[in-house]
Amino acid sequence: MKKTMLLIFGAVMLYACGQKTEQSGESTAAEQKPKTEEYDPQRGEGKFDKVEISDNLDAAMAASGKQVFDMKCSACHKLTDEKLVGPGWKGVSTKHKPEWLMNFITNPDAMIDKDPQLQAQLELCLVRMPNQNLTDDDARHILEFMRQNDGVK
Amino acid sequence: MKPIKYVLGVASLALLASGIQSCKPKSADTAISGDAAAKTYVAPGQYDEFYNFVSGGFSGQLSVYGIPSGRLLRVIPVFSQDPEKGWGFSEETKPMLNTSHGNVPWDDLHHVQLSKTNGENDGRWVFVNGNNTPRLARIDLKTFRTAEILELPNSGGNHSSPFITENTEYVVAGTRFSVPLDESDGDVPINTYKKNFKGTLSFVSVDQKDGNMDIAFQIETPGVNFDLSRSGKGPSHGWFFFSCYNTEQANTLLEVNASKNDKDFIMAVNWKKAEEYLKAGKGRKTKVKYAHNKYSEESHTSTSEIKNEVVVLSSKELKDLCYFIPCPKSPHGIDIDPTGEYMVSSGKLAALIPVFSFSKMIKAIENKTFEGDYNGIPVIKYEAALYGEVQKPGLGPLHTEFDGRGNAVTTMFVSSEIVKWNIKDLKVIDRQPVYYSPGHLMIPGGDSKKPDGKYLIAYNKITKDRFLPTGPELAQSAQLFDISGDKMQLILDFPTIGEPHYAQAIRADKVKEQSVKTFKLEANKHPYVSKGEGETKVVRDKNKVHVYMTAIRSHLTPDNIEGIKIGDEVYFHVTNLEQDWDVPHGFAVKGANNGELLVMPGETQTLKWVPDRVGIFPIYCTDFCSALHQEMSGYVRVSPAGSKVALVGNTGTNLPAE
Repeated sequence: MKKTMLLIFGAVMLYACGQKTEQSGESTAAEQKPKTEEYDPQRGEGKFDKVEISDNLDAAMAASGKQVFDMKCSACHKLTDEKLVGPGWKGVSTKHKPEWLMNFITNPDAMIDKDPQLQAQLELCLVRMPNQNLTDDDARHILEFMRQNDGVK
Repeated sequence: MKPIKYVLGVASLALLASGIQSCKPKSADTAISGDAAAKTYVAPGQYDEFYNFVSGGFSGQLSVYGIPSGRLLRVIPVFSQDPEKGWGFSEETKPMLNTSHGNVPWDDLHHVQLSKTNGENDGRWVFVNGNNTPRLARIDLKTFRTAEILELPNSGGNHSSPFITENTEYVVAGTRFSVPLDESDGDVPINTYKKNFKGTLSFVSVDQKDGNMDIAFQIETPGVNFDLSRSGKGPSHGWFFFSCYNTEQANTLLEVNASKNDKDFIMAVNWKKAEEYLKAGKGRKTKVKYAHNKYSEESHTSTSEIKNEVVVLSSKELKDLCYFIPCPKSPHGIDIDPTGEYMVSSGKLAALIPVFSFSKMIKAIENKTFEGDYNGIPVIKYEAALYGEVQKPGLGPLHTEFDGRGNAVTTMFVSSEIVKWNIKDLKVIDRQPVYYSPGHLMIPGGDSKKPDGKYLIAYNKITKDRFLPTGPELAQSAQLFDISGDKMQLILDFPTIGEPHYAQAIRADKVKEQSVKTFKLEANKHPYVSKGEGETKVVRDKNKVHVYMTAIRSHLTPDNIEGIKIGDEVYFHVTNLEQDWDVPHGFAVKGANNGELLVMPGETQTLKWVPDRVGIFPIYCTDFCSALHQEMSGYVRVSPAGSKVALVGNTGTNLPAE
């Protein structure tokens, strides 16, 4: 008899546990709703939609960009096409759109997770580009410095 | 399963009974049942509700736990060297452990106080005491690092500290061990305690902007042992209360000789009055020597300044400054309730807990209801200040915290229990065993005007059979109770570092948003910073060689260094160029009679190395930083004294010669 009681009690407990699992199952499903937004490999992901650049170089911006490069980028990137830790910068401003570059500079983690080109690059470099916490202005100046490096006058 | 025997066949009743029984622990041995696991479970990826800052006792450090999970989040090095973090090993942190005795790389950290505004925890700083070589330290809760250490002169041991006033105006430090004052001739027979030994109570002011401490004044007292202290609040703001034992003034076998008097004292100090005396020039400038050490997060370096003077006020000569309240047998804790009216003192050898009334004490002082004086300080009549006594609370009452619902909870060291009682009617409501011998206890905000009475933690001195055996030395422990209901429910045991004395806790929301993630490289004002690899270099200044080095995933620059000679002192100034959260780089060199560096993003730290032999010495990053972490290394070549090898440092250009 004692055993029967225990069995009944156990069953009730199991039932309670079952309910709980169902509930948490529902909430998990709700959280895992597929995202409708598609990743745009031309633009990248981040705060920059359209970056205005002129045909001519803004020399002051490029000079400021070089300062940021010296402090926060040059440890891993050369200005030639030679790879150091990351790829060399030669040609980078013509290979990618300005908004892609600025989004990547300011939002590297999210883009490395999604961008097909960056994922391919990661297989070569094996080091994720760190977020160097650049301001929007820093990123713009870096872009101008990249353009200068690619021969824009 | 006893009830089942009586309700055979009545299934519903039986279910109900066993249901109830399974929620309610039969004894404390089975306390961890029912809903205890759910109450302490913090799912992976979720944050705890509270930060719990727990003293590390003889480890000299401060630990940080998450509550209710009991997960150890961090050990903050304070008074002791910590090779894991380079604390006390890097050139930048060495001055922090300087004292008037020189480098003292260890202390005994007992008590923890969160800074307060209007009597509530505000999340700015944590203050802690060093008991052995008397010191106070301030930890900044933006960085979770020790920002300042102040030595206390005229003190033989700093136990009743670092308790603070309700707006963090002062941090106090009372001497556990009275000694002759520093400027007097200390070469006296030990058995002249009564004549030559003095106590001091230091009132250390706190700059409300940057937190910097300064000894505003000291009060000289008769030679006794000050044990603990608490500031008044609300109506009692302006007063400080210190428990003292050894009013027998014994200098040997204190166990017996300091336990003779039926009553010792609580000393009530009117610090507003002290400020008046100080302003009126009633203080005496005395010659002392003490170190004041500060760490700067701008220059990432610290300074140690030796100071030579403090102002001392005499408790004997200056009237209305100090009063004694008799308190049964060697009081330990003195704790003030959230209203500021009730002062709970625990005579650790007494079988009762006296509760004093602040308003009665003030009336007794006005009416001069004194029973005499002790070394020139008026002693208030016990009954004149007494609100009432908690009878038979347990054995060895030590410390009390408050739940904000009119109750107090006191630890009983000898009978190993925590006891909840009502402040108004002084009746015991609940008692629960703890395992074993609790010292302090804490309720988040339990010493403040607004306790957060959801949890209580008892900090235990003995664990014996609670955890897997680990040889003769066992971890001490904390035991978490849910105190939201009438009965206190034990829900978790967790081990602690060193010996946990006092601890405090604060809601995570008050701290986590302000937490610093990286130091801005642009703002780094270290004299040997390298802001980018272009600024790295190796510079000789006689026999000192300064290596300006950078670290970024996954290389050091320079990583090939030649031209070091026997007799040189090499200083590696490593700047971490990363600007991303949670990417420290470490640095170590073979054979260094030193520790390692652990350099946070944007920070510069320096390791001193005196090579002892000719040869090639590897250097490497000690903190696994990336997939190419194992590649983050280099070599230093050491040549004989007088060698002509040129001094060079580079990365990536020293290509194979053959």
